[in-house]
Amino acid sequence: MSINNDDVEKIAHLARLAIDPGQLETYTKNLSGILALVEQMNEMDTNGIAAMAHPRDTKLRLRDDVVSEVNQREKFIKLAPASENGLFLVPKVLD
Amino acid sequence: MHKKSLQELALGLANKDFSSVELTRHFHDRIAAHQDINAFITVDLEGSLQQAAEADTILGAGKALPLTGIPMAHKDIFCTDGLRTSCGSKMLDNFIAPYDATLIRKFRQAGSIMLGKTNMDEFAMGSSNETSYYGRVLNPWNKEHVPGGSSGGSAAAVAAQLAPAATGTDTGGSIRQPASFCGLTGLKPSYGRVSRYGMIAFASSLDQAGPMTRSAADAAILLQTMSGFDERDSTSVDIAVPDFSAGLENDLKGLKIGMPVEFFNDDLDPGIASITMDALREYEKLGAELVEISLPNSHLSVPCYYVLAPAEASSNLSRFDGARYGYRTPEYDDLLDMYKKTRAEGFGDEVKRRIMIGAYALSAGYYDAYYLKAQKIRRLISDDFTRAFVKCDVIAGPTAPETAFRFGDKTDDPVAMYLNDIYTISVNLAGLPGMSIPAGMDRDNLPVGLQLIGQYFDEARLLNVAHRYQQVTDWHTLSPL
Repeated sequence: MSINNDDVEKIAHLARLAIDPGQLETYTKNLSGILALVEQMNEMDTNGIAAMAHPRDTKLRLRDDVVSEVNQREKFIKLAPASENGLFLVPKVLD
Repeated sequence: MHKKSLQELALGLANKDFSSVELTRHFHDRIAAHQDINAFITVDLEGSLQQAAEADTILGAGKALPLTGIPMAHKDIFCTDGLRTSCGSKMLDNFIAPYDATLIRKFRQAGSIMLGKTNMDEFAMGSSNETSYYGRVLNPWNKEHVPGGSSGGSAAAVAAQLAPAATGTDTGGSIRQPASFCGLTGLKPSYGRVSRYGMIAFASSLDQAGPMTRSAADAAILLQTMSGFDERDSTSVDIAVPDFSAGLENDLKGLKIGMPVEFFNDDLDPGIASITMDALREYEKLGAELVEISLPNSHLSVPCYYVLAPAEASSNLSRFDGARYGYRTPEYDDLLDMYKKTRAEGFGDEVKRRIMIGAYALSAGYYDAYYLKAQKIRRLISDDFTRAFVKCDVIAGPTAPETAFRFGDKTDDPVAMYLNDIYTISVNLAGLPGMSIPAGMDRDNLPVGLQLIGQYFDEARLLNVAHRYQQVTDWHTLSPL
């Protein structure tokens, strides 16, 4: 299945990616090519096959509900692009 | 000193032929002399010399472990406390991890020296190292050719003898294919063998870290240090770690080597086919028996992978939003605009393509047709291996459909690039251990790798099979410089 420029703009929005209008055509072409590749899967009838999410169908372990992380607030805040009073700063979300 | 194996280096250190500080300086001199290869993103001269001085104290006290004082390079995907971890991306160009990955912690505890962090395809997405924000890595065998990827910097560093050994990661072939292109021994362990804690996630159900070395004997030493259960990785498997060096010399008499008919068809490059067959004949001389096997769904592995890996990547990479760490765009109107511009500017084209493919495959209305379908195909591919291993002990075939290609050959065609991993991807989908060892040189004097695939947690056997071959051949001893 090939996708069009509108599809790519919609996907880019879902993925939170700004797309340069000049590059839209290239993305559409490349993504259509990749989708054509993955659609080779359709030649195989997979009815009744159980989906495999993990090699060896590993089950996730549970651990005891105890605190294992130490407080590294200072270290983390130092990495932030913007911070104030030990909090991460982002543009205003609510008025 | 740079030609020695890990065992010889350990012996030299123990005998005081050279100190760890001298050894570390020697490799830094080589890194500086071969800067054009661009194998490293970050070199840590000061830190590594300090580690070497500490190692010399331990060596002097006679308390050395097998890697004490031995320099190494680590792929820049492993978080290192205090030293930049970029993952080959502008997004993390300024990121200094607040903690060590489990793998890094283990190597530190083993006393090895970290020379620096190696170049890689951005977020490990690529097969040529051309997607790195830090520029392309040159293949030491021919500097007009790619080193492979995504662990291309690690491969080039070890091939050019800028480090005695390195770590890599492999999601669809990223250890084995560059090992093949650069003439190295590279091993992707079974899923769950090596902790993924602190290893920046690309596709969490496929990613594994492993050694990139000049011989199977060296790989065994690295794998010993890397392996083991880690409660910080929820997919780490709690299974005993064998002594990987103990069985290296085991006799191969009676070993059954499976040859997948699908790998040896007319599509295979005749030069690679003939080198692969020569290697298999060598195994027959060692007492192994070749048996034909079939992996009938292997042709679906690339299509299946390019749904699952991008889907997992789109989810994993959603954490890069410019809010808490990494790059943030300088100008934005609101939160959504900040996210979109940050990610558009911080990620390169290939990463963006894969995020979009993943977002599409997971979006409403397409989930069943793509993601669920791919998970079912994954089951078929995994079942193929289960059936094949009834007939054989290991599987052998080519690592890559070609040798190292030229820069720019595939950059305009993502699908052509993806097909380079046609023989390696199914191993990740099944979670099996796989290895690439040097098996010859093509007519342009570029290395050709032989792939060996083992059963779950049977890395010891793979290493044994690789080591016996390396005892009777000398491809792994060839050096480009």
